[in-house]
Amino acid sequence: MRLLTHNMLSSNIKGVTNGFPLRLEIEKAVEKQVDFNVDFLKNMFVKIEWKALVDASRAMGYVDLPDQTEPSMLDSDEFLKKFHHALLELHLEEGALICPETDRRFPVNKGIPNMLLHEDEV
Amino acid sequence: MKLKQLESLLGDLQQFENPKVELEQYPTGPHIASRMLYTAENSFGDVSNKVVADFGCGCGTLGVAAALLGAEHVVGLDIDSQSLDIASQNAEDLELDINFVQCDIRNLGWRGQVVDTVVMNPPFGTRKKGADMDFLSVALKIASQAVYSLHKTTTRDHVKRAALRDFNASSAEVLCELRYDVRQLYKFHKKKEVDIAVDLWRFVPQKGQGKGI
Repeated sequence: MRLLTHNMLSSNIKGVTNGFPLRLEIEKAVEKQVDFNVDFLKNMFVKIEWKALVDASRAMGYVDLPDQTEPSMLDSDEFLKKFHHALLELHLEEGALICPETDRRFPVNKGIPNMLLHEDEV
Repeated sequence: MKLKQLESLLGDLQQFENPKVELEQYPTGPHIASRMLYTAENSFGDVSNKVVADFGCGCGTLGVAAALLGAEHVVGLDIDSQSLDIASQNAEDLELDINFVQCDIRNLGWRGQVVDTVVMNPPFGTRKKGADMDFLSVALKIASQAVYSLHKTTTRDHVKRAALRDFNASSAEVLCELRYDVRQLYKFHKKKEVDIAVDLWRFVPQKGQGKGI
């Protein structure tokens, strides 16, 4: 699972008011190369929750994303390459996503998070 | 990629081994799937370089088609882990990098604005009434650009009304009518092969919609 997917998922347990972002528990992470697409990255930049991406990438052991960003950074290839790597190439393969409010664990196996809720959580 | 080539690649995908009737698991045939995504890409530019979500992806046919047509990020969502296993195998066989999430679309937690296009072949709601409308309602909450979906032609008026009135779509258009051949998958199917008329819809969410759920 790419961190772009993580940037969209939230915990929807009954009673939880802010289930985003989910914390990462990492047993196994993998990297998969994908083509660099500048236009896509620029388009994504405004839609992404930056802090969630930075925290998730650091949890995965990638520390090159800056805490603060500004639009002018999009002119820098060096910045875009880091953004590209964090967003699309880092994958959580085994581990879990943790609800920030309840600490409920959503397991991730073979890169697929199981977000199914129990009956009493709906 | 040409339509013929797309259809032929989709024809090689693995499908459900033991389809589950309660989930209305009918494979999306290569003929329909290829036309659906080909139209989305070539008539509307809703696929290449986009973020595409495949709701109720089953064995991943629509998501795979989106990835083959150049979607930058594809997420397939399904409630059934066996389907997702087949779907990820299908993606791997074609060397496509697709993400899958196991979830119930009806109580999905999803931050909006990021997904451009939702594609889906929802359960038609013959077993669980209203299932297709539940899918459509959620799709219109997370897509920022367009939703492509298949619904039985007999429900056309109802779908249009629900989309525009209840789910705030800014447009709801039938692009074409297709024949969905449901092979005799389940015991309750009396005939060997049944043709069902289905509409291929394109819905456009309101601007500012797609905030997530």
